[in-house]
Amino acid sequence: MSAFLRFDGVSKRYGAVRAVEDCALEIERGEFYSLLGPSGCGKTTLLRILAGFERPDTGRVLLDGEDITELPPNRRKVNTIFQNYALFPHLTVYENIAFGLRVARRPSAEIRAEVARMLALIQMEDQAGKRPDQISGGQKQRVAIARALINRPSVLLLDEPLAALDLKLRQRMLIELDQIHDEVGITFLYVTHDQGEAMSLSDRIAVMNAGRIEQIGRPTEIYESPRSSFVAAFIGDTNFFEGVGVEAVNGDYLRVAVDGLPPLLCFNDKRIPAGGRVSLSVRPEKMHLSRDPPADTERRNVVAATVEDVIYLGSHTRYWARVGRHRVAVQQQHSRYLLDERPITWKERVWLSWHADDGYMLEQYRAADEGLLSLPSAGGAA
Amino acid sequence: MTARNRPRRFEWAVTAPSFLWLLLFFVAPTAIVFAIALKPADRFGGIQPGWTLETLRVLAQPGLPAILARTFRLSALTTAVCLLLAVPTGYGIARAGPRWRAALLLLIIVPFWTSFLIRVFAWQVLLHPDGPVRRLLTAAGLAAPDALLLYNERAVLLVMVYTHLPFAILPIYAAAEKFDFRLLEAARDLGARAGVAFARVFLPGIRRALLTATLMVFIPALGSYVIPDLLGGPSSEMLGNKIAQRALADRNLPQASALSALLTLAVLAPMFAAFLLQRRRGGAPAGAALEAAR
Repeated sequence: MSAFLRFDGVSKRYGAVRAVEDCALEIERGEFYSLLGPSGCGKTTLLRILAGFERPDTGRVLLDGEDITELPPNRRKVNTIFQNYALFPHLTVYENIAFGLRVARRPSAEIRAEVARMLALIQMEDQAGKRPDQISGGQKQRVAIARALINRPSVLLLDEPLAALDLKLRQRMLIELDQIHDEVGITFLYVTHDQGEAMSLSDRIAVMNAGRIEQIGRPTEIYESPRSSFVAAFIGDTNFFEGVGVEAVNGDYLRVAVDGLPPLLCFNDKRIPAGGRVSLSVRPEKMHLSRDPPADTERRNVVAATVEDVIYLGSHTRYWARVGRHRVAVQQQHSRYLLDERPITWKERVWLSWHADDGYMLEQYRAADEGLLSLPSAGGAA
Repeated sequence: MTARNRPRRFEWAVTAPSFLWLLLFFVAPTAIVFAIALKPADRFGGIQPGWTLETLRVLAQPGLPAILARTFRLSALTTAVCLLLAVPTGYGIARAGPRWRAALLLLIIVPFWTSFLIRVFAWQVLLHPDGPVRRLLTAAGLAAPDALLLYNERAVLLVMVYTHLPFAILPIYAAAEKFDFRLLEAARDLGARAGVAFARVFLPGIRRALLTATLMVFIPALGSYVIPDLLGGPSSEMLGNKIAQRALADRNLPQASALSALLTLAVLAPMFAAFLLQRRRGGAPAGAALEAAR
């Protein structure tokens, strides 16, 4: 059983620059699939290869069993929502939406009916006569969606569609996009550098870095079980600990010696033997800070630390605590009801703790990826 | 109310200099030409006091409608050919890499460094029966040995296209350079073939430049007189030649002025039409935007 949309060993170079390197993707029918990565990671190149604007140097693209690698853009059953929307400035909203059917020379009665249906879908019936420069950013976005959907594409490609909108509008359009996906039920391929967008919309995410696919998985997999330090640091924030396995505990756990810290207990899903190198990622929100040592120490790592920085963020507080040469990021929720005490502040001696199951072993660690963290964990001897 | 009046007054203040300029160097001379057309001529190339409709008779001479028709036909053909050549050229230059773009633009501007008259004479040499073009065409079997490339309408058209082409390319290039070519990708993405995308998205995108190029070629072409004079025969005379004859050979200023006035009206008519067209198209949205700004 072959996937609905398949990238098969696709590579593309621009001169000496490798934009995309041997990428393989399998996307199911009706899926909301995201390509997530920093700018220049090759995600837009993959999208343009699928749309037909670029030819891959090697590899094939198969849509519904058909090899479309060589087809010109106008003969592909895919439509794109461009980052700047690329609405035709000389045409009205109505004519922008009708464009696809007009060039396909469809009967005018059908065009009228279909455009009316699309205007209803995006709730812009009363704006049909306006030109793109007379409507707002969010409305342009909706017109771009309607213009693409009217062709009934097999796959809708979205190239950073929310990047040009302000935060509140972005959040609203996010929900609208999700509703439209549910309503039309076609496959969405969504390109973004915003992990929040990808996490909240996608069925699956392919995380890309430097032209390669780093990891493919559901949002929870990507977040909870990152394969590499890149994925762990790019999606959300984390703390890295480099160490060496000391001894197996209860079969499923490994005690790890980390420079400057007491031995850490950690769930050993990678079956790393004693003596093996371990790269550990622990998310800030999995960590806990307290003035008194935690009562329950069953499979918990407990480390004495000093608070160096505190940032109050409303819904939660960000702490940076120092343990030896490590600067550990911790995220703590507040509850006045449970914890009617004065909050932990700067320079306090505290206990840092986390459950052994909340540390995740990475397959691949690169020191450079620490640059992606909001504050580097080894932030010097400040 | 004051908020409305102040920008108006300011607008008048900033447009006054160009308004005065036009009044002094366009409206006044035109009025003088129209006035001279209504004066009696004297024998020595001057004009006499008083007013007469006598000279207007020059407009009723039998050959004039044919010359007028040829003037318009040649100018329209020149404009059409120039646009057909300029659109792909402007598009090509705009899409070329930055280094190529500079070189190509230079190639278009270089001919201006040579005198217009010399360039027209050069064509006379090129198209001469013993010239290289004739010999090449005959050798290639594309022209009969006795074919005459010079002194006919085709020669006039060829050189008129040659001289006016840059005036069509430059505005079209300027617009194409600002054109967002991602719109062409969007059109292709929506199912348009390359040619359809070009016609339905690129051409409307540069429509103002197309209008500018049309005016920049058509209006000067109407007044051509050196080109038909040097490269055309008696069968390819244009109105400009007639004016020159009246003014220089016959030394009859009123008659020359009457013909000039006719040409001026012929030039102003399409410009006025274009102005009206643009106002009808662009006026409403601009007005709406102004309302919104207030």
